Formats: sequence, C-alpha cells, structure tokens
Amino acid sequence: MSKLFRAFLRHPSGRIGLAIISLYLIAALLGTLGLTPRDPLKLFAIDRLKPPSANYWFGTDLLGRDTFSRLMVGIKQSMIIAFSSVALATLFGTIIGLLAAWWGTLWDGILMRIMDVLLAFPAILLALLIIAIVGPGTATSVVAIAIVYTPIFARVVRGPALSLKQRDFVDAARTFGSSQPYILSRHLLLNLVAPLAVQVTLALAWALLTEAGLSFLGLGTQPPTPSLGLMLAESKNLMTQAPWLMIFPALTIMLGILGFNLTGDALRDILDPRTQRREA
Amino acid sequence: MTPLLSVRDLRVGFGRNPAANEVVKGVSFDLAPGETLAIVGESGSGKSVTALSVNRLVDFGGGRITNGSILLQRSDGSTLDVAKADEKVLRTIRGRDVGMIFQEPMTSLNPVHTVGAQIEEAFRLNRGLHGADAERAALEVLERVRIPDAKSRLAYYPHQLSGGMRQRVMIAMALASSPRLLIADEPTTALDVTVQAQIMALLAELRAETGMSMIFITHDIGLVAGIADRIMVMQHGLAVEQNTTDAVLDNPQHDYTKHLLNAVPHFTSGKAVRADGERAATSEPIIKVDDLVVRFPVKKGLFKPKGAIHAVDGVSFDLMPGETLAIVGESGSGKSTTARAILGLVEKHRGAIAAKAGRSRRPIQMVFQDPFASLNPRLNVEALMAEPAIANGQKLDDALRDRMRFLLDRVGLPADVLNRYPHQFSGGQRQRLCIARVLMLNPDVVVLDEAVSALDVSVQARVLDLLVDLQREFSLAYLFISHDMAVVERIAHRIAVMYAGQIVEIGEARSVLADPQHSYTRRLISAVPAVERRRQHFAVDATQVPSLVRPAGYEPPPANWREAGRDHRVRIEETK
Amino acid sequence: MNYVVQRLLTFPLILLGVSVLVFISIRLVPGDAITAMLGTEAGLLTPAQRAALAAYFGIDQPVWAQYLRWLTGLFQGDLGISSIYGKPVLTVILERFPLTLQLALMSMVIALSIGVPLGVFAATRNEKPSDLVVRILAMLGQSTPSFVIGVLIIYVLSVFFGVVPAMGTFTPLTVDPLASIGQLIFPAVTLGFAFAASVTRISRSAMLDVLSDDYIRTARSKGASQRSVVWRHALPNALIPVVTLSGVEFGYLLGGAVIVEQIFALPGLGRLVLDAITQRDYALVQGTVLFIAFNFLLVNLLVDLAYVALDPRIRIGGR
Repeated sequence: MSKLFRAFLRHPSGRIGLAIISLYLIAALLGTLGLTPRDPLKLFAIDRLKPPSANYWFGTDLLGRDTFSRLMVGIKQSMIIAFSSVALATLFGTIIGLLAAWWGTLWDGILMRIMDVLLAFPAILLALLIIAIVGPGTATSVVAIAIVYTPIFARVVRGPALSLKQRDFVDAARTFGSSQPYILSRHLLLNLVAPLAVQVTLALAWALLTEAGLSFLGLGTQPPTPSLGLMLAESKNLMTQAPWLMIFPALTIMLGILGFNLTGDALRDILDPRTQRREA
Repeated sequence: MTPLLSVRDLRVGFGRNPAANEVVKGVSFDLAPGETLAIVGESGSGKSVTALSVNRLVDFGGGRITNGSILLQRSDGSTLDVAKADEKVLRTIRGRDVGMIFQEPMTSLNPVHTVGAQIEEAFRLNRGLHGADAERAALEVLERVRIPDAKSRLAYYPHQLSGGMRQRVMIAMALASSPRLLIADEPTTALDVTVQAQIMALLAELRAETGMSMIFITHDIGLVAGIADRIMVMQHGLAVEQNTTDAVLDNPQHDYTKHLLNAVPHFTSGKAVRADGERAATSEPIIKVDDLVVRFPVKKGLFKPKGAIHAVDGVSFDLMPGETLAIVGESGSGKSTTARAILGLVEKHRGAIAAKAGRSRRPIQMVFQDPFASLNPRLNVEALMAEPAIANGQKLDDALRDRMRFLLDRVGLPADVLNRYPHQFSGGQRQRLCIARVLMLNPDVVVLDEAVSALDVSVQARVLDLLVDLQREFSLAYLFISHDMAVVERIAHRIAVMYAGQIVEIGEARSVLADPQHSYTRRLISAVPAVERRRQHFAVDATQVPSLVRPAGYEPPPANWREAGRDHRVRIEETK
Repeated sequence: MNYVVQRLLTFPLILLGVSVLVFISIRLVPGDAITAMLGTEAGLLTPAQRAALAAYFGIDQPVWAQYLRWLTGLFQGDLGISSIYGKPVLTVILERFPLTLQLALMSMVIALSIGVPLGVFAATRNEKPSDLVVRILAMLGQSTPSFVIGVLIIYVLSVFFGVVPAMGTFTPLTVDPLASIGQLIFPAVTLGFAFAASVTRISRSAMLDVLSDDYIRTARSKGASQRSVVWRHALPNALIPVVTLSGVEFGYLLGGAVIVEQIFALPGLGRLVLDAITQRDYALVQGTVLFIAFNFLLVNLLVDLAYVALDPRIRIGGR
C-alpha cells in the first residue's frame, strides 16, 4: 500500500489529482461540520452582489449569501452524492459482471442484455426518467446516478473476469477442488481490484459531472441547500454584473472533475501491467 | 575478401541513460558475402538487440547505440556506418540491403491488409514496382517460398493462414528486394517442429539460390548445426565465443558454450532414454483411459448444420504407478486436451477415464506450461501452497507450514520464501513452486503439461533432473505432455505419439525413438534438429495438418493396430 | 457473417427490453393514471367520467394487456397524444429532431477533425513536450462539463465581443444552410469540446498500442517511411476504439443535449424531454425516451457493422 502511495507521489498527475481530492474532502468535511466562514444560508441583505473581498472571499449573491461558504456546502453535497452513487454502482455492477462471467452462457446473456437495455439511455436522460417517477432530490440523484453507472461497472468487471476465468491459475484451483466462493473471491475478485480502482476513480469524475448537470437543470439538490450546478445556473442572468457568481462555481466543478480524472489516469498508469512491463 | 558487414565494439543501451543500462556490451564480428552466421544465446543475452542494431530497428524499441561501428557494404559498392547514419539513409538500407524476418509470424503481419498488398508494398518501396508489375512480382515470390495455390493466397488476410504459411509470407516479403543480408530473428521458435524443418529447408535453399548472407538468431544450438557456417555464442551482452560451426560444436572453448552443449537436452534418437522403470506386467494401472473422445462444437452459421472440432478422437492408454508416459505431438494434436480431460477441465464427449483410488482424495494433479500464468499474482507463496490443502478440508496451521517448508526444500527453494509473491521469482523457480504445490496433496499421478517448455534451455535440464528425483522419492507416475523430443527422451519410460487427435504409435521409449514405425513419427523425429546433423539438406515439403473440423455425425474409421515389438504398437495407415 | 447475424438478432431483443422498461417506469409514477394524464383538471371529473376515460385508455385492463396495446400502437407509429401540445407525440418529436440531428453531426465533425489528428500527432511524439501539451489540453477538455463551456462561451461573447449568440430560433438546413449552421455553431463547439478531448485521448492511446505491435516493426524493416507507417499501417488498426467511442457519443447526442439546448434555448429533443418531464406530459416522456433509445441502439448497430468494414478478422472469420 505504501508502495502504491509512493508511486502515486512520483507520478505528476497522481500528485496533482491527489492534492485536489484532498482539498475537496477537507472542504466537504468542514462544510458538513458547519465550519464555513459564514452561514451559507443566511441572508445579508445589505451585502448583495458584493465582489470578492477580504470579507467575502468569493463575493456574495443576489440575496447577499457568501459564495465561498456556499461552495463548501455545495462540494459536500456533490461529494456525498458522487461517493454514495458510485459505491452502489460498484457493488451492484461488480456482482452482476462477476456472476455473468462466472456462470456464462445463458445467465451471461440475460444479465448483460439487461445491462445493454440500461445503457441504451443517455445518462442524463435515464436520470431524468427516474426523477420523473420519484421527483427530484438528493436521494433521487444518488439512485439515478447509481443506476446509470451500474451497467458500466458490470461491463468493466465482466471482460477481465472472463479472461481470468480462462487463466491457468483458475484451472489449477479447479484441479485442487477449491470451492466456487474461494475461486471467485481470491482468484477473480482479488485480481479485479486494480481495474476496479481505476474505474471507481473515473466514475467519481463522471458522477460529479452528472450531479452538477442535474442540479444545473434544477432537478438535483433542491434549494435552499446550495449545490454547485444550481449556483452556476443561477449566475447566468447576472453574469455581466457579477461574473464571480459564475466563475467560482464553474472552476469548482471543473477542478473537482479534473482531480478525479487525473487520479484515475495515474492509477491506470501505475496499475496497468503493460506499463509496468515497459518499465521492467 | 572484404566483409559484407563488419561490426566493431558495438554497445547498445536502453532507457533514459543508455550508457548505464547496456544490453550489448562491446560485440565485434565480421560477415563475409554469402556466409551464414548464427548468434546463439538464451533470453537476455543481447542476441536480438545485436541483430536489430544492424538495420537500426533497435531505435524504435527504445534502444540507443552508445559506441562502436557497423560497416555495411551497400549494393552500389559504397560502405556505410549504420551506427552513425541518420534515419533517412537508414530507410534506404532497410528492405533493400538488409531484409528481416521475425519470431512471431502470427503478429508480424498487418491484420488489416491482404498478404498480396503487404508483399507488393515491399516491391513498391524497394524496386519502384507498381500496379500489375508489383502484383506479378508478388505472385512470383510467393511461388518461390513454396506457397501452394499462390495466386489465390494473394487476396488472403494474414489471419486466414497458418503460422508456417505466414512465416513463408514474411520470407517472401524480405526477399522482395533481393537483399544481400537476411536477418532471421528466431524465425522458427513459434512454430511446430515439422514446420520448423520446412522453413529451415526453405531458407537453406533460398540462400543457395540467391547467394545472400544470413544472420540467424536462435536459442537452440542444435538448430544452427544444420545451417550455419559460423557461430557466435552470446551471454550477458558479450560474445563469449565465435568460430566456425565445426570448431564451436566439436571443440568448444568457453565454459558457457560447453554448458549449452552438455547441460541442454539434445535429441539422440533413443540413446539417452532412462534405464530405470522396467514395466511390471503384473501391476494394476493407476489410470486407464479407454476410447476418450473430446469434441468442441462449432457453429458454422445460422442455418448451416453444426460441426465439431474433433480434438481428441478415440484415445486409449494405461499409466502404471511410478512410470512416465510421455504424450508427444504438435499443436492441434490433442495432447493437452487429453490431459485436461483427465483432470476434468474439459468435458469428455465419450469414453472412460478410470483412476485407481490413491493416497489422497485427489490422486491426479497437474503442472501447467506457463509458470507465470498458473500462479495467481496477488497471492503469496504461503497462500498459494495452502490452497490445495484448504480446498480439501485442512487448516492453515503450523503442521501445514512445516509440510510447505519440507516440499519447498525438496524442489530446491529456500524455506523463507513463504511471504514472497510470484513476481519475485524467476521462471524456473516458479515452476519449482508449482511442482511443490501439487505435491501438497500427496498425489499418485502428476500431469505435466509442457511443464518445461517455457523455461530457458539450461534451466530445463535442471528441472528435468528434479522431476526424475521427485518421481523416485514420492513414487509418482507422470503423464508428461510435450512437443520437444529431446526433453521427452530424457524423462519418458513410454511414449505415445499423437497426431490429429489420435494416438498413432505407442510403446517403450527406446523402441519408439530408435525405430519409429508410423510415417508421422518418422517425419517428426527426422525434423528434430541435432548437433550431429551438420549442413544437412532438408527436403522441401509443404505438408499441412488436416482440418479437425468435422461435419455433425462424423465418426472416424475404427483403428487397426499392429505390434512392432514387445510393448510397441503402431496404428495401421490407410493406403490411398 | 456470424457476427452480423448475432448483432441483427439482439437489436430487436434489446429494443423490446427498452420498451418494457419505459412502459413500466411510467406505470411506477405515484398516483392514478388519469390524474397523471390530465393533471389538476382530473379533480373536476365525476366517477363515471373517470371510469369511461379509464375504459377509453384501456387502463382498466391488466398491465400486460395495456403493454400489448401500447406496443401494437408503436408499430403503427402511434405514440399517443401529447397533452402539452395537443398533437400526436410522433409529430412533435419529428418537428424537434432535425435540430438535434444537425447539432450532433456538427459536434461530431468538430470532434473528429480535431481529435484524431491531435491524438495521432501526440502518439508519434510520445513523452515529448508536444505530447504533454496535447495531453494536458485533452485532460482539461475532458474535465470541463458542457454547461461550463456553454456558460463561458456566452459570457465571453457578450462581455468581450458584445455579441449575444442567436438563441431560441432555428432555421432548418433546407431553408438557409448558412444561417442554420451559424445558429448552431456555438452549441456545437460547446458539445464538441469535451467530445474532441475524448477522441484525442482514445486516438492517442490506441495509436500508442498499435505502434508497439510487431507488424509495425515489419513495415519499418521493409523501409517504409514514418508517414506510411503511421497512416497506412497503424491508423487503420487503431480506428476501432475511436469508432466505438464516436458511435456511443454520437448516439447519446442524438438523444438531445438536454443541458446545452437549455443554455442556448434551442428547441431540440433534449428540451422537449425536459419540458415533458417538468410538465408531467407522460405520453410525451414515454415517446421521446423510446425514440431516443431507439436512435442510440440504431447508431450502435451501425457502429458494429462498421467493424465489419474495418477489420477483416471480423469480416472473414478465422481459419
């Protein structure tokens, strides 16, 4: 583990990505604990549309709320949704992909065709459909994004699982008479940790993007709870008078996605056996 | 006579700091026009890198020439130092002065272009031929490399051809510009031994026809005896010995050359078979295989009838306790499928596999060909060794660890490796680990599926010795699957020769190897390279393995056998 | 040809699955169907009127019968009536589709014409500074959501150039091609930006893989020039992942760029879905979602068939 961490620090994009993620996690933690510079919900009527200053680092909005504090809470909101939806998608996607590969033929066909059906809908559209059924909100966003990414995880797991199933060490395990749970957990799942880790990181980036998109449309986290997408959407009409209301949420969203993308790329480089061989 | 190629103090390095990371450390040699030089060495000796430096393809693999000169006599009479030439000039010597063929015919041809287009490109680049002229030239050169029905093959894509045919296409491409030097980098390593003989014959004949020089790179010192004028032996990036073929083979000077000649198994037509293990007629077989049939269905299309690959078609044999039965054959012969069927890894279509109750619940165990693929890279030695025991209800306790240490010691690994992971071992060590692991269950029979084939030649010999020792100590019976006659000769008591899913000859090892009866066995044995066979004339033939895909409902004709001696039976061949 | 047959057979199967999913999801909407269809006005109905309506729409029948009835309608091009527009759903969709199609095509042209050359260029200069610049740009492109780009474009145009991009109007290509392309150019750039970044990244990595293959070395041993090695020998082998990615992205774009259409106030398919959902027009939701999924599957089928043209191993099959 420490070896992986050191390899990470040597990798330029790994270093930057990790730094960004750490920063966001700290912001999210402070946001959760209420340790923001100001109350993100409190209106300061006299301080409407103030540009960035020592008092209000990132300025204030039309209702005089502190942008910096609202961003911190927004990050918290995004992170909670991204992490919980990706966790759900990883869990279900891995189980489906693993079993499809292991059982093979009929079950593989049925499970993967169901995944194909889900993949036929663009992510935002599928999310919209789910929102249409149960109404918008944080929990809906989590469920919607999880359903969107489950088939992707199922595919990511199934491919390597199928090839692992053919490997000699699995055949060897069969000749010893090892049990199915043993083979699935130690020979398949353990070897899938690397591709899964890469996929989880990249999926976190997509989840952030989707969440921001949904809240940009007003269908994600509902006001008055601040959310990054909604802050950006609301800034549209004020962009000439108060560009900071647009620039800071935009940068916050971008940087967050960038952090996970960079980390995912670095992970892929470090864990990919092909690049390892090239170094050897 | 001025040499065609003169290499002096060549040094090649890799990576960011090539001078510190040298793979070739000062190699010098000359090559006269029309001469064939063999460069022999094991993996990592720098033999391929040396050869790739001659046309500077090494640059594209991340290598840099850090020192030395490579003087090449060009066809116009001028001399060029390849080591210092720039890429634009180098492009004009590649193909034109120096042709090259590679080890992997399966991956060395571009999958999206037809064979014809790829050969025509060589003519276009080096001879300026276009259109119909290039096509005619391509057809001509395909016929020269003895490709049957060459005209229609021009429109084939590489994946439609067998490995041997693809290597012929590679040779045709290299010949397109009549190069004065042909570099052959392990051109037959990936091929079956009878196909290897065909390719060697072709190369020898083309060399006589064109008078070109050749650099032939191989790890098999037996193979070079038939084709080389001179031999250069390489080890750790240095040329440890170079001389004429006869001098190197008959009177080796360097220890490493002696080691290659002595320690490495060479085929001797039955003179080196084991003396132990006389078959006791009274004992009961530990495995009895009767009329084993394995088929894999193939779908031909939606409405066409289904056929099947007849991978194993009516195989029967006995294996006695403590004896080694070797099953030899080439790829597609069904030898590995037979092994996997016995272990239950593939389903049998028909037939009986009877195993006598043994010392443990799983009396038959298996060691696989590739020691890199048969050990889970994420588990340490302790977990790997414990797996068979845990699968059979034991617990990971001190007693079990004691047994692990005992077996690791018996296969020649230190006892303190329990916490290490597979990637920390060499190929030979991993295979020892695999052997120790199957012994955890105290089996009666070990199936060894090409178990030494992936190892370097000098490691092979040591693992074979270990196998013989273990067989005596633990009274094991071996079912030894191999394509390598030299290896089989060292370990087998009895031999079964498989061809196209069937056993064609079976019997006592010495008898089968010294006096082969079936035409395929003869062809197989005559194709095995040997140090004694110098500059021999290989007969050019292009026999292809028959297709094993049969229509639904097809059954092979019943086998008839004749006795060719005590414990030596041969399948009677149909006369056409 | 096995491969093609298999693709052609699974296509209707998945489509059927999609229709079931869409049908069921609309049934899952809480509250009764009449209220869902008519909104608050349903409160004015008498019980008898309700029952009559239920019988008329077939809602009194079991679910599978309703599904069959709906499916039969689909085959006749009957997707129901939109309650917002008071027109057949299919008519409404077909009015909106040309804009979405044109926007998707323009974005793809932008993405491929930038992404492929850039990716190939970066791959041939692996680990050199120019490669690094391309990789950083592609990484930034991939990490910037389309709505951020869209908002930024509008901001830059209005603040620095004093231009407001044409919003809310669309001239069909057939009426005035130049005006039509001009109206969609900024939305297309917005969508093409991240798309181009993905194409660049995948072209680069596919080319890097291919350039280390054995047959590239063979081509070099024949004396082929760098240009011939890259364009003739490597690129055709690297195209499959690029085509796959482009197909998936294009297929999704055909579903309407919900957010970008919202930002630029374009009357496309994406806005239609959004309006249908926010105004609870369930027939329209059902119809558009089905139409979009159908397009996506169709594009993917075409991509699968494109493999056949690209790869002789798929076209001709093994020995």
